[in-house]
Amino acid sequence: MSDVSYIKRPNRPLHVYALSYLAFLYIPVLFLPLFSFNDSIYISFPLKGFTTNWYASMASDEPMHAALINSLKVGAVASVIATLLGILGAKAVTRYKIFGQRTVVSTIMLPLVIPGIVMGVALLILLSRIGINLSLVTITLGHILICVPFSMATLMARFEGLDSSMEEAAADLGDNAWWVFWRVTFPMVFPGILASLLLCFTISFDEFIMAFFLSGTDPTLPIYIYSQLRFPQKLPGVLALGACILVVSFFVVFFSQWLQRQGEFGAAGKGDHA
Amino acid sequence: MTEGTNVALAPADQQGSRTSYLRALFMRSESLRGYALLSPTLAVMLFSMCAPFALMVIMSFWTQIGFKFDTALSVTNYREILDSPIYSALLIRSLKISGACALATVLISYPMAYYVAFHVHRRKLLWIILMTLPFWTSYLLRVFAWKIILGYNGVINSGLKSMGLIEQPLEFLLYSPTAVVITLAHAWAAFAVLPIYVSLEKIDRSLLEAAADLGDGPVLRFLRVTLPLSLPGVMAAMLLIFIPTVGDYVTPALVGGPDGTMIANIIQAQFGKVNNWPMGAALAISMMAIVAVISLAYVWVSRKATEQIG
Repeated sequence: MSDVSYIKRPNRPLHVYALSYLAFLYIPVLFLPLFSFNDSIYISFPLKGFTTNWYASMASDEPMHAALINSLKVGAVASVIATLLGILGAKAVTRYKIFGQRTVVSTIMLPLVIPGIVMGVALLILLSRIGINLSLVTITLGHILICVPFSMATLMARFEGLDSSMEEAAADLGDNAWWVFWRVTFPMVFPGILASLLLCFTISFDEFIMAFFLSGTDPTLPIYIYSQLRFPQKLPGVLALGACILVVSFFVVFFSQWLQRQGEFGAAGKGDHA
Repeated sequence: MTEGTNVALAPADQQGSRTSYLRALFMRSESLRGYALLSPTLAVMLFSMCAPFALMVIMSFWTQIGFKFDTALSVTNYREILDSPIYSALLIRSLKISGACALATVLISYPMAYYVAFHVHRRKLLWIILMTLPFWTSYLLRVFAWKIILGYNGVINSGLKSMGLIEQPLEFLLYSPTAVVITLAHAWAAFAVLPIYVSLEKIDRSLLEAAADLGDGPVLRFLRVTLPLSLPGVMAAMLLIFIPTVGDYVTPALVGGPDGTMIANIIQAQFGKVNNWPMGAALAISMMAIVAVISLAYVWVSRKATEQIG
């Protein structure tokens, strides 16, 4: 442990590779903000000049505002419900030895690996057969379905990381189950809950594939963006909007990941350095 | 099960020995209490997956007549999928593109995961977040970004042209299977990096020391210790990318062009302009079934292979 063996010797080529990998991840996305300030409706080099017109035009874009509000509503409801379901599920599978635990967890995680289009059309078929009109509610239902696995995964990590003897102590001291949860468990898993809410909100806010099948006349923001992609003169406006969405998403997700993994690392860090 | 737990959850109001017996049973069984807590989540998830899928299976045996469904069960749709060369060609192309994408993503992500697992000692958390961050941001916008990069007058072509390196735009960039593979590899990178990183991080460092002490050089040590021990992560990453990408239709629709059209574009069309829902259901189920068979075969083969190594 003490000697820095040659296994841990810095590896310069690998370091360069890692930086280029991050460049591959981030540079493509950065072209959206770059061209959103370009004074031309054509998205190509050389850059023509600096303008904020595309951002200014967003202010008067009524359909876009409506779509934004729709997305905020769907995201808020979907993230709250998915997180509530996630709390129940995560507590159950981490705190109780339950029969068939692995099967249960994999069942709940299933939407992670089912192609979005399959879930989208399957839900569309169900809704149309039982006669429910497509609306923001149906999009929200679809989004809850795909958010629960992420919420569960986030919260399970949090529940596993905390010491259950605290809860036992509170129970021994006479708190009933609800008080134990409210006064002991909740404060300890709160960062996880916040992380889950933020993550689910972003997933729902950015989700396109299922919303495409499940939306009625009210579009969410990704649906609105997709409908604009057909019109070349609208593209700069989409770039400006996209740049805003990306900046906000990056901050929200960074914060949520930091909240979640900080707990994980805090717990894992102690026993890990063998 | 839920019935029993509901009764037992009611306030303890001495309704008789039956209730108290159930209550005692409930309190004693950790599994039951766990399930009671789990039941809302599990019920929602099970219902919202099982009911739509069951209905989709049924519908795939219907046939579309004009704007109505003929609800007599028949295998017409499946026969058409088997007989018509278009569907199988598209399916095979989708499998190839997704396979190539899974392989490419794992290959480019392995060194990255290796770097973070073995060579990053401080700020590991920051690296992990940086690697996975783009994954959470709008998929649509990321695909759109590649469209403007690879486009006919896009970033690469116009950039090279304004530098005087090319006269005519390179046409192969956009609207090709390659464009789909690049875009998907970029979009799903996090699904490769994370599982591989986790499996690398779990490797007991003393095994590496042991291999080194016994005379293995860096390359041999990597091949004989690190790589085999990280295979579970690699296998998981391959599956996690392969399965969802087979069913992607946004990327092929935006950057694929006619040569990059995938099976999901046809499925989407059945629920849109073609308006043949039963056919769409049959195609979706065929796609799922083939992906499931391939995945199971893959898991089986890789288990066998891992056992051989171990």
